[in-house]
Amino acid sequence: MYIKEQKAMKEPVRLSTPLTDDAVKALSIGDSVVISGYIYTGRDAAHKRLVELIDRREPLPFDLEGAVIYYVGPSPAPPGRVIGAAGPTTSYRMDAYAPRLIELGLKGMIGKGARSREVRDAMVAHSAVYFAAIGGAGALMARSIKEAEVIAWEELGPEAVRRLLVEDFPLTVVNDVHGRDLYEEGVKRYQKKVS
Amino acid sequence: MREISAEEIRAAVRDLSIEANINLGADVVAAFEAALEKEASPVARDILEKLLLNARIAKEENIPICQDTGLAVVFIELGQEVLVVGQDLSEAVNHGVRMGYEEGYLRKSACHCFTRTNTGDNTPAIIHVDIVPGDRVKIILAPKGGGSENMSRVTMLTPAAGREGVMDFVVNRVKDAGPNPCPPTIVGVGIGGTFERAALLAKKSLLRPLGRPNPEPEFAELEREMLTRINSLGIGPQGLGGTTTSLAVHLEVMPCHIASLPVAVNIQCHAARHKEMVL
Repeated sequence: MYIKEQKAMKEPVRLSTPLTDDAVKALSIGDSVVISGYIYTGRDAAHKRLVELIDRREPLPFDLEGAVIYYVGPSPAPPGRVIGAAGPTTSYRMDAYAPRLIELGLKGMIGKGARSREVRDAMVAHSAVYFAAIGGAGALMARSIKEAEVIAWEELGPEAVRRLLVEDFPLTVVNDVHGRDLYEEGVKRYQKKVS
Repeated sequence: MREISAEEIRAAVRDLSIEANINLGADVVAAFEAALEKEASPVARDILEKLLLNARIAKEENIPICQDTGLAVVFIELGQEVLVVGQDLSEAVNHGVRMGYEEGYLRKSACHCFTRTNTGDNTPAIIHVDIVPGDRVKIILAPKGGGSENMSRVTMLTPAAGREGVMDFVVNRVKDAGPNPCPPTIVGVGIGGTFERAALLAKKSLLRPLGRPNPEPEFAELEREMLTRINSLGIGPQGLGGTTTSLAVHLEVMPCHIASLPVAVNIQCHAARHKEMVL
């Protein structure tokens, strides 16, 4: 039987987009944050297209400088709603593309699950952070989304790039600019040897 | 023969698609509550509370629990005295999925394997039909998300690997999956049969009411041992550390070839969705 720790949760750090270098550098793993402002959605297909545009030196559908990308493919908005369920998708599928975007000014990524060494190195080199949203809590996350507009590649359906206006979007810092990783450190705390 | 119209099947599949994606089962809610009582980490307890809140919001506001409303996996137990009239059975099921995912504002997640072009209506559904005695049709609809499905594996162990080999394969799979499949997970394990049967057993084990043990004491004990080892990994809810990595391990077992020991691990995220109806 484990002893329950009764430590109180800290007040969240309030952030607004676009993120500045200073704001990003002040974050540490395990920090609870709430983000407000515009963020952009993108997952597998959109990332492939973003990197193709960069390779061809063509303009991107949004400015990467200080931007935050949310890895999400929302469910359709029922009548009278801004968006359907909108929780994060698993991030490692974007690892092949993320370092290119970080080099060009991307400051924050929101998803779930662990990132590759290459992505973590790029975050340290160019001051960016990775936030986890609660996977599978799509109904809850949707409450913090106040506007949603498709700005590119509508034909991709759930994978289209959307600009979201979020208010107090609740997240946890998983990778910071110091190269630390909450998944590694959090798991170590609760690991137990089984005979 | 008892006649059942394809229209009834279509309507049942439509309703089950919507119901499964919006209303989380009472067994899963109870498992979150039980985990909340035992969980050591304050961060993990906060996540479990948010998962309970998420299930309530989905139900009250009539929106999906999770945006990944899955591929529609449909199990049909078709009584051998039933005659389906008006449309062929698989077309009736696909038609029902098409209606449910459109009318329920569910995400369409089916696409071409290479071009990734979306099929637009979440079909084809993944349909498994068993012919059973009787004159009824049981339809079970289990939407399956991509995140946890991607973390699932099948392997062919040697018979010498035995019980310990199976245990290690299952525990290591959960360990390597880490935060990716949206823990706290349910670990479905199929042991025996052939390559494809092991995978199907693993998937079917996920339809069992959450935490109900295997009826064979020997395998129920193995489920308990696996769960203890998995929850000692420290992964915890969302992989942020904690003592609730999985809510249950479900084993389904059958005899296999003298040369083989097939094992499949089908990981189910905490949005463990399945609803059924009998016609």
